[in-house]
Amino acid sequence: MPIANAVDLAPSGRGTGQGNSHPAIAVNAVTKRFRVGNDAITALEEVSLDVRRGEFVAIVGPSGCGKSTLLKILTGLFAPSAGDTRIGGTVTTGPRRDIGVVFQSPLLFPWRTVLENVMLPADVQKLNRATHLTRAKELLDLVGLTDFKDRYPKELSGGMQQRVAIARALLHQPAILLMDEPFGALDAMTRERMNVELQRLWRIHNTSILFITHSIPEAVFLASRVVVMTPRPGRVAEILDIDLPAKRPLALMNSPEFGAYVARIRSHFGSVGVID
Amino acid sequence: MSDKPPIHTNLKTLSISVLLFVLLIGLWELAVRYLQVPAFVVPAPSSMFRALYQGIASGLYVEHVGVTLIEILAGFAIGSSLGLLLGVGIATNRYLAYFLYPYVVVFQSLPKVAIAPLIVLWFGLGITSKIVAGALICFFAVMVNTIAGLRAVEQDRVDLIRSLGGSDFQVFWMLRLPSAMPFIMAGLEIALTFAMIGVIVAEFLGAERGLGMLMQSMNFSMDVAGSFSILVVLAALGLVLNRIIIFARHRLIYWEQPAGVRGSDPPETH
Ligand SMILES: Nc1ncnc2c1ncn2[C@@H]1O[C@H](COP(=O)(O)OP(=O)(O)OP(=O)(O)O)[C@@H](O)[C@H]1O
Ligand SMILES: [Mg+2]
Repeated sequence: MPIANAVDLAPSGRGTGQGNSHPAIAVNAVTKRFRVGNDAITALEEVSLDVRRGEFVAIVGPSGCGKSTLLKILTGLFAPSAGDTRIGGTVTTGPRRDIGVVFQSPLLFPWRTVLENVMLPADVQKLNRATHLTRAKELLDLVGLTDFKDRYPKELSGGMQQRVAIARALLHQPAILLMDEPFGALDAMTRERMNVELQRLWRIHNTSILFITHSIPEAVFLASRVVVMTPRPGRVAEILDIDLPAKRPLALMNSPEFGAYVARIRSHFGSVGVID
Repeated sequence: MSDKPPIHTNLKTLSISVLLFVLLIGLWELAVRYLQVPAFVVPAPSSMFRALYQGIASGLYVEHVGVTLIEILAGFAIGSSLGLLLGVGIATNRYLAYFLYPYVVVFQSLPKVAIAPLIVLWFGLGITSKIVAGALICFFAVMVNTIAGLRAVEQDRVDLIRSLGGSDFQVFWMLRLPSAMPFIMAGLEIALTFAMIGVIVAEFLGAERGLGMLMQSMNFSMDVAGSFSILVVLAALGLVLNRIIIFARHRLIYWEQPAGVRGSDPPETH
């Protein structure tokens, strides 16, 4: 297993650090093939991208283009067929302890209270209980769930559960946060509110985030850069800088600049008509 | 599980069900008297209750209940433990699964009570054969449910623990086992009934003591009222044991308790 402390564990400093030349995440010409019976399907082909320290990068792409596969490669759960991924300059060879992941569904454990769910990374990694209990409470406060810390997951709404999942992903102070369509299962209103909260969380914490989504407006609203992928086999079609202020109110979604970014990204899919 | 309040908390429904019970017993008594049903076919409830009272008062039933209860509990404990262990082994070890699962499948399709005569032959008329019969029958229910429960875990949850650097052991202990608990408890509930069946059948086939043996000897002497009174005792025994399991289940699977136990639904915070 790779050594976790090769990377700065504290929430990475403001912007690109002094003298720290490595990006938080680097994906170098990653190809992934799956063998299905006698056939091999190519899920990812020569994908390269990076996420700088403290940056928020979103990936949009049609269903089946390999987004989740890329995420699993980054967590070390899958090995790439070719190419490599690096976290803070260290090549990934297996699961590492300094990554936080949020999946499409909250995946809370029903037998644990909200607080105990947030403590999961500390339990798995056998971290100091007292300090992490304090941290877990702070994180619950940050996502507005202090009053629910002793409840069980089924007593929470979908949006609240996903906020618990986000708090859980941040508990062990991961160097990077990977999110795979975290709000895909939520209704439109809750989703917008979660977007605003996530943006706030990111500005406070300054974590490096790689965020996968089907929603182009969501990507433009949240990210400083958007990676557009092609249908399978997934390749990078374009990487677009979103030149909007870091603090973005929901109303920004109605502005012409915002609309232009959305239209620009949508043009990649217009001919194929594969994204909602 | 359900949002409806338990029906027996309502005094009106309780009195209706008591009334219904009294009515049914009364009808049964009348039917036996006026249709002149011979006592060796169906006894009147009054003679059944008399037999029950005499059996309990003389201390006869108490002794046999004790024997049968010990056989059931021992068979259940041994069979369930082995079922749990082998279930965990098969669900977590590919080699065990590969070599043992075919036997499991074949054995599962066999009606286990069919082995009871052989067990009595091998283990004799004492309590050992009853414990073995009970254990053998309930073993499979627990094993099959354990395997199903341990396998029914969402891959994403496994990935979550793995992505944090968790080991196989942690995946098992923190995720698979608790997820399997509802399945395992359901298996134990069935297993208890099965252990009772195994023990009683083995007692029918040959025993020195126990409720099954008592009932068998009453049948031979055409004491049908006595046989019926033993059925009442067995039903009561089964009910008590089942209640204990259900109580244990609510304790162990506390997170599946009906919603609302901890108060009203949480309001959305903004
Ligand atoms: N374990 C696997 N074995 C075989 N094929 C797989 C496996 N995982 C993914 N694939 C295939 O790889 C391709 C990409 O899958 P992936 O889940 O990464 O897509 P995605 O972009 O996340 O899609 P979605 O937006 O629907 O979540 C799909 O064609 C899928 O069938
Ligand atoms: Mg996916």
